[in-house]
Amino acid sequence: MSVAVELRHITKRFPGVIANKDVSIKVESGTVHALVGENGAGKSTVMKILYGMQRPDSGEILVNGKEVHFKNPNDAIDSGIGMVHQHFMLADNFTVLENIILGSEPKHGATIDFAAARTKIVEMATQYGLEINPDVLVEELGVGQRQRVEILKVLFRGANILIFDEPTAVLVPQEVDDLFKALEGLRAQGMAVIFISHKLDEVLRVADEVTVVRQGSTVAEVKSKDVTARELAELMVGSELPKPSTLGHTRREEVTLALKSVSIPAAGSRDLISNITFNLHAGEVVGIAGVEGNGQAELVEAIMGLREYTGSIEFQGSSIDSLSVAHRHDLGIGLIPEDRQRQSLMMTSPLWENRILGHQRSKPVMRGFVIDKKATIESTRTIMQEFDVRAPGPDTLAAALSGGNQQKFIVGREMSKAPALLVASHPTRGVDVGAQGAIWDVLRKAREKGMAIVLISADLEELIGMSDRLLVMLRGTITAELDPAKTTPEQLGSAMTGAA
Amino acid sequence: MSNTFTRKFTPSKVGLAVAAPLAAAFFSILVSSLAVIASKKSPVEAFKAMWEYGTEAGSLMEIVNTATPYYIAAIAIAVTFRAGLFNIGVEGQLRLGALFSCYIGAMFVLPPVLHVAVVFIIAMTFGGLWAAIAAYLKVKRGVNEVISTIMLNALAGGLSAYLLSKHFAVVEEGSNNLQTKELPASAQIPDLMPLLRKIGIEDQPGGGVYGMFFVAVALGLIFWFVVNRTRFGFELRASGLNPIAARVSGVNSKRMTFLALVISGAIAGLSGLPTVLGETHTYNLGFRAGIGFSAIAVALLGRNSAGGMAISALLFGFLEVSSRALELIDIAPETYVIMQGSILLSSVVAYEVVRRFKLTLQSKELAKVVQA
Repeated sequence: MSVAVELRHITKRFPGVIANKDVSIKVESGTVHALVGENGAGKSTVMKILYGMQRPDSGEILVNGKEVHFKNPNDAIDSGIGMVHQHFMLADNFTVLENIILGSEPKHGATIDFAAARTKIVEMATQYGLEINPDVLVEELGVGQRQRVEILKVLFRGANILIFDEPTAVLVPQEVDDLFKALEGLRAQGMAVIFISHKLDEVLRVADEVTVVRQGSTVAEVKSKDVTARELAELMVGSELPKPSTLGHTRREEVTLALKSVSIPAAGSRDLISNITFNLHAGEVVGIAGVEGNGQAELVEAIMGLREYTGSIEFQGSSIDSLSVAHRHDLGIGLIPEDRQRQSLMMTSPLWENRILGHQRSKPVMRGFVIDKKATIESTRTIMQEFDVRAPGPDTLAAALSGGNQQKFIVGREMSKAPALLVASHPTRGVDVGAQGAIWDVLRKAREKGMAIVLISADLEELIGMSDRLLVMLRGTITAELDPAKTTPEQLGSAMTGAA
Repeated sequence: MSNTFTRKFTPSKVGLAVAAPLAAAFFSILVSSLAVIASKKSPVEAFKAMWEYGTEAGSLMEIVNTATPYYIAAIAIAVTFRAGLFNIGVEGQLRLGALFSCYIGAMFVLPPVLHVAVVFIIAMTFGGLWAAIAAYLKVKRGVNEVISTIMLNALAGGLSAYLLSKHFAVVEEGSNNLQTKELPASAQIPDLMPLLRKIGIEDQPGGGVYGMFFVAVALGLIFWFVVNRTRFGFELRASGLNPIAARVSGVNSKRMTFLALVISGAIAGLSGLPTVLGETHTYNLGFRAGIGFSAIAVALLGRNSAGGMAISALLFGFLEVSSRALELIDIAPETYVIMQGSILLSSVVAYEVVRRFKLTLQSKELAKVVQA
């Protein structure tokens, strides 16, 4: 078998952080090669470099044995590399055929040669087992079929190296089976498939080889038949990480948060979350486990009032269903959102202005309706010291900080109001080991003082170590309640995928 | 001082602050020179003529009078820019504001200051109401405000022409100019000559500075304070800088969108008044068109800041007034449009370059801190 694509010693730095360090991957034709790692481990940077979206600071990329230098994705496409994005980029009001040829239309003089395109697409579809009717509108298709269109689009452009970015994140199990069949077809035709995922059971099912990325570096390359999911998980997490753990029971009598049959209906499909009921006591941490996209984000939005829901939510004994987002913040509900840059920072503003965000109705940043700039800057400086935010000062723009420092700043900002309830989505995602330990420390101490925490994380060790109770979410419902003291990451993992 | 750290001005910071305007000025002078050379004249002579004419006392007054409505209208636009919206409808809003305030304001007589205040309120109400249509469509129906305000401009033009000719105009003997009934003296704003005379400035032919100048200055100060120092202003800016983060942190984005557009419309309503209350005292067919569009450029050039827009409004006024001198030396006076355009374009580019440079600089500074 020949090597289709190879990355050698790729390093990529961003201001303040190293995203990739000495990454080497070798993918052979006619194989499915999985790239696994935690969120923030650097998988997406590897992929972006391979697809020409970013240029490495050092290292080489070889396609079919020849060194290449991609300036942009077009160069990568020309070399036969195609990407199937996690979020589809299709025009709803075009047919499948039109979508597939969009941007690389076969010409017949000055007009588009639809007949030739149709022949080619039908041929490709049967060859790879990707049957689809080329004349239906994309808006009439389901998610799995849309993905099929994306794959055909990439193949139509002549790709023989296909990158799949978390392709199963949006699929239901039946669709996952279909996708894997299609991947088999691609492999049989001699394509090289790069499969990016953090779902280990899927990886072991479909991949021939697995490369593990941890903290920006490739740490292992293994044959999937030689490893177990547990071994892979250990490779992903590494053993030198600080242990997330909480000591003793700090749970108090009073109930801080109570959800009763909370659902978010969605038009035309199953509820986004359905019938969620649980109580959370002061001084208790409830961990929400689940594969991303199974309703955790929506649960957070319901608690924060960012989305309409049915059922009821009580905070410290009284209903908050009719309260606005602002009002919920002011009552003492803190939020660490999952996407820090998109959801909780003004990237082009200085830190002291970011200090105000979410706190613009209360002291110390406000005196009545007017911003107290001096007090805000003072408070920003305090947060920066207490939470070890590495930046020149409160005037530094948020965009200049590394991801880990941004996260520490956000945690500090939320903790500064001493919330009674903290909704923490992936609080340590993408931060370095030291910062991770520091954030766990903060949460531990706050828990002792009676803060209730809803912890959502993709890091299973973090969930097991930090939580007093684990709830497993699958397709919008709570499918299991587990005792973290008696649960291994492996058991939790299979509960999350619904296998157990 | 605890603030010394944040207030520290290193040479590079000062350099960066002036780099963008200087680069923009240089580039726009270059482009306008080329335009003058293209008409086979000497750029040096052209600039000299403009400078000499533009700095005469009478011209200076006219420049201020031209800049005043630009400034008010630019503030109106900046309110929406800061919220991440774009009110292109200032032109229509100010036209309706001026028309209705003249028509209704001439119906009664009130004590002087009160009457002017009432006229202001009428102008703001109609400007605001007109913008509220776009605001409603945006919030309830998701209609892009750029499109709706452009269309509302066209509607406002037609509506005001219809109302003036069919309903609001009074016929004057021997004139075929359509105009509303003249505003009583109590609704007029006297010019500032009496004040200027006291500080030793002499009367100029056709001169005088609109009293609305002070209103513009006050509006600028209020705009600065509200946007930079109040909760409302913070939430407005947050919605513009990162609408998702704003929503997550408790800003009611629909309310903010609605308010920003309506407030913008109300301020826009005022921007038609300087000429009406200070000079013509009536709304007529000769009402100056295009203020609302020039103000977009003024707001962009002034980077939506109170001080920046004041400078750019005066600059636009200067170019407009002083360009008349070009006619005397046989250059098309419209050359000033090229100047305005090139200044705007080059400043947008220059500021972006400086912004990126600043970020790189900060990242380097940060790298030092992290290593330390």
